[in-house]
Formats: sequence, C-alpha cells, structure tokens
Amino acid sequence: MQNSLSSEVRADARVSATDEVLRVSDLKVHFPIMSGVLFKHEIATVKAVDGVSFALNRGETLGLVGESGCGKSTTGLAVLRMLTPTAGRILFEGADIAKHDAAAMRAVRRRMQMVYQDPYGSLNPRMTVRDIILEPLEVHGLADDRAAARARVDELLRLVGLLPDMADRYPHEFSGGQRQRIGIARALALEPTLIVCDEPVSALDVSIQAQVVNLFMDLQERLGLTYLFIAHDLAVVRHISDRIAVMYLGRIVEIARRDELYARPLHPYTQALLAAVPVADPEVEAARPRMIVTGEVPSALRPPPGCRFHTRCPSAMPVCKTIDPELTDLSNGRAVACHLHAPVRG
Amino acid sequence: MSTPVLQVRGLTTRFRTDRGELTAVDDVSFDVGRGETVAIVGESGSGKSVTALSILRLIPSPPGRIAAGEVIFENRNLLELDNASIRDIRGNKIAMIFQEPMSSLNPSLTVGIQVAEPINEHRRTPWAAALEKAAELISRVRIPDAQSRLASFPHQYSGGMRQRIMIAMSLGCAPSLIIADEPTTALDVTVQAQILDLLKQITQESGTALMLITHDLGVVARYADRVIVMYGGRIVETAPARELYKKPRHPYTVGLLTSVPRLDGDTRRRLIPIDGQPPDLARLPAGCAFAPRCRAAVARCHHERPKLEPVSPTHQKACFANAELVVQ
Repeated sequence: MQNSLSSEVRADARVSATDEVLRVSDLKVHFPIMSGVLFKHEIATVKAVDGVSFALNRGETLGLVGESGCGKSTTGLAVLRMLTPTAGRILFEGADIAKHDAAAMRAVRRRMQMVYQDPYGSLNPRMTVRDIILEPLEVHGLADDRAAARARVDELLRLVGLLPDMADRYPHEFSGGQRQRIGIARALALEPTLIVCDEPVSALDVSIQAQVVNLFMDLQERLGLTYLFIAHDLAVVRHISDRIAVMYLGRIVEIARRDELYARPLHPYTQALLAAVPVADPEVEAARPRMIVTGEVPSALRPPPGCRFHTRCPSAMPVCKTIDPELTDLSNGRAVACHLHAPVRG
Repeated sequence: MSTPVLQVRGLTTRFRTDRGELTAVDDVSFDVGRGETVAIVGESGSGKSVTALSILRLIPSPPGRIAAGEVIFENRNLLELDNASIRDIRGNKIAMIFQEPMSSLNPSLTVGIQVAEPINEHRRTPWAAALEKAAELISRVRIPDAQSRLASFPHQYSGGMRQRIMIAMSLGCAPSLIIADEPTTALDVTVQAQILDLLKQITQESGTALMLITHDLGVVARYADRVIVMYGGRIVETAPARELYKKPRHPYTVGLLTSVPRLDGDTRRRLIPIDGQPPDLARLPAGCAFAPRCRAAVARCHHERPKLEPVSPTHQKACFANAELVVQ
C-alpha cells in the first residue's frame, strides 16, 4: 500500500493524464419545502442547483466560485453523492453515479473524497489523529494489517507536512492550519482521484492560508490529483485553478480558462464579481475602474424570470427579462450564459 | 495639523484565563485624525478588536480589564469617565458598527425605533421628530422607500440591508468617529463593496473619522488613508497606506503582502507563506512576538522587545532587523 504512493507510479498516472475524470450534465438539486402537520405537502421548491454542466480532466483544478446561495457547495455535495440529485448525470471515471445506491456508492467513494471548510467541526474531538486518518481505511477494510496501516498514517502525516509523532494527539492540540492538514491527510488515505474542496482555506488566518494553498498544489503535482475547488475568494481560486466556473442562483453563468476569465470576463456578473474584489495595492486600487452592481442575490425560492441576473445587471436588455440565456460554447473552451454574447437567433 | 479626534496612549488590556492573565493589547499608542480613515489590520488574536472595544470600554469585566493607558477624545480620557458619561459618548460621538448585524440589532423592535433611539436618547429629540430623522438616515444609506420601512423588523432584511441599517443607526448623532469592526466579513463580495463604498462616501461627506478593523489587505488598500498593523497584541508597523504597501518595513507586513494571492498577481509565482503559527498570547516570547516566525530575526529579537520607532516622519516600525534585508 505504501509503495502505491511512490512518485514513479504517480508519474505514470500523470503521463496518461488527459482523460476525463468527471462530467456533470444538467445536474439539478431541488429541495422541497414542506408544510402541514397531518398532510405534508410541498408548498415550494428551492432550486439550489438548476441545470449545471461541466467536465473535469485528470490532474486539473476547476474552481467553482459564486456568492452564498449560488449552489456551489450543493454542487460539490451532489458530485460526491452526499446529496441525491433531482435530475442530471454525474459521470465519474466513465460510470453514471447519479442513481447509484448506497452499496454501489461505497465502492466509488474510495476514489472521491472531500476536504471541508471548518477544520474545527470536521474532525471528531474524541479521536486521535491516527484514528481519524485510519477511519476511512477501516471502513473500506484496508486496515487489517495493523503495522502497514500504522506506517500508512505516518506516511500520510509526512505527506501533508506534519510529523508522525503527532499521530497520538487529539484535534484540539492543533492549530487551524494543522487541523486542515489532518483533514487533507484523511482525504488522501484512500488514494482518491478526485477531491472536492469546499472553502478549504476560508476559515484560516491569512498567514496560514498560503501554507495550505501551497500544500494543495504540491500534492496535486506529486499525486496527480483532480480538484473541484469551491471557494468565494476569487484571488485564491485564481491562484490554484486551471479553469473556473462562475455560479449565480443555481446556474453556471460563465466557465473559462483561468487567465482568460480574469483578463477578459464576459458575463456582466463575472465582471461585477471581479470588480468588487479589492486588490491589495492602493495605487492599483486608485486607478481601477469601479463597477458596482446594486442589490443582493435574490431568493433561490423565487429566482427572477429570464436571466436570473437581469435584476442586478447594468447591461440588461428587454430580452433578458423573458428569455433565460443558455450556457453557450464560445471558442477556447469558454462558455457564457448571456444574451450579450450569444444572441437569441430567429 | 489639527488635533486628532482620538489619541490612544499606552493602551494595555488584559484577560484572566485558566492559563493565567494574558495581555491581549500591549502598550498600544496611535492617533486618528479628523475625517481620516485608519485601518487596523491583523489576524485573529492580534488585538485589533480588543483595541476597538477598549476605546469604548466595552471589554467584559471580569475576565477583562484595561490595565493601563489613556484614550483621549475631546480633551477627556475615556478610561476615567464614570459609566453615565461613557454611555453618553457611545452611539453619540463615537459610533460602532459590528461584524454581525443580526446580533447587533434587536429582533423585536422595529428598524425605525432602533435607528431613532440614539437620537432620542442623546439629543433629547422627541420620538416623532427622531423617527422622521430616522427615515432620512435610512434613505441616506440608500434603502428605498424609507418612510414605510420604519415599521419593518430586522428579520425582514438581508445581511447587506441590515448592515445599512447599522450604518444609518451610527450616523444619527453625527459622530466624529465611527469604529467599524470587520463590518463586511459576513457579507458577499459584491455587497461588501456596496457597504464599504457607502461607509467611505458618507464619512467623507460628513468629515467623520473611520477606524476600520479588518484582516483583508485588499479592503485596506481600497479604503484606508493610514494603516496600523498589529501582531500579538502590539503595533508592529504603521504608515500611510500607499507607503506601507510600497515599502513595508516590518517582516510580518512583508510576509502578509507576499503570502496572500492577488487578483492581479503572477500566477506562476509560488505563494511565500509565513512559517509557523500565530502566537499564543498566554505564552508570548520574551522578545518580539513575531521572532519565532521571522526570516530576518537576529539574536537580539528573541530576548528584547523592539519599540515602535520612526523610519520616516509618517512611518514607524517595531523591528531590530535590517530593513533592507527584510524587503529583499
């Protein structure tokens, strides 16, 4: 088991590396809102994710950004099947897992893992670090050889920049950054292909964030990992991602290669989002054009008709109020859902 | 130069804990000029929020106590005032905006009453007139339909709108200083920009000084005139914003600026993290609190505390290391 992590094996994995790990098509996750005591009935539906499609290649990082309520975390949970999708397909390593039952999912889960936002809430305070990291191995029956399992924990701790003699301590003895490293070691224990990272650095102090961001990038290079990196911090996402999808009210509004998205955002929402983030340089800030969108994200319970962003969009046209723009492929792997860039034909 | 609106001298705040008394704010001195926006930057535990709370004497006691120092505001030392007099300053001449607007607003009182209350309380304005003023303030923070909003309750508002209500509330008595403690940390980025732009514009129009407490170096760059960087309860560097970003002199400031990815940064460049962990206030080193993580540290840093000393007339740092080495 230890050898399988050796760099040669992984280097091979990376050479044959352009294959698709994940393809999500028209994913929908709707939550019913129930009312009534004796006769429960649905009174409304929150369309948290409403028709999301993207693909992710081996060794690649796709950043998923957007403001709260846009559906980015729900998308991540549905991809891991920790939520059951209402509709759509989730092709993971070639098989559609959208309708897998629990038993079928168990076999797949070894290869898809999650790193959570809150390093305080996501580690059991009554378990030692060793037990936390061993748990996924035990669940999957890979810890029967105790000596090998022990060695594996030591190896994983070293891999995430901790020391093996920390294994018998409890989570409270660690700082936020160290706890996040423990969470990463646990996610790596089963040698997953895909890791969904949900805001993995946003709970950390700024001086610690860089350590964890660098660790994610080093691990990707060494192990050929594929990341779905969900975050609201556009600077962190830019640093770590190859491609970025911008979400708004349950939809992807724009998806593009990193440098293109940041240099030339096409969707007015992407433009607004980027303009809102201040750059840590007063001279750059003073010279930057300001574009502030008004209002806040409307309720996902009643998304606006037509384009969901039209109520806040500075470039909204009459058509935007009635016709919902589709995510349309432009050149270079870029797609935008906006009538400005893909006029309605006919 | 006119006298500053606020002068903090040697402020020291301690908290009693299971592990002994720790010093959350240690000998902190700074001024805030009239109409100036001063940002206090630091990570959790740096003492930035405790500094703000100490100025208004909002430190829960016990376990906390302000152990030393002076806070001079309008020729009076706020730390020596009796309770009635400090209450007369809070929400009147010095207003405060907190991070979480929902827990700062009373859920069972209408928005109108809450915005009007300080005007009624401090200015002895009758309720009818205070409510009229409240409607004016609510439209000033760009909430449409202000008159009819007076009867609404905080839960009917989104996070951004609640923070606007907090700003309206803070403006009621035309304060000369607003202290905003991470006012937009709980908000989405497009809303953060709206709120901070509003706050900046309103304070500029009325000549109100703003003390902005934040951990976000981007926010500081966009809004602050001057910056105070805190670490382990002490000020480690202070300078006008442009100077601080262009020529940071303290290794911690340099570390912060190089460890945070920038929206316009070079993506091929690896982030240079600050090694180690933020300090444990109960076990601060004898010397400089940053020394254990500092790449420029010399022997002296580990046993002697550097004082805040001028590098230029406007720029001060607390560091023994050779500045040239630090900046590289």
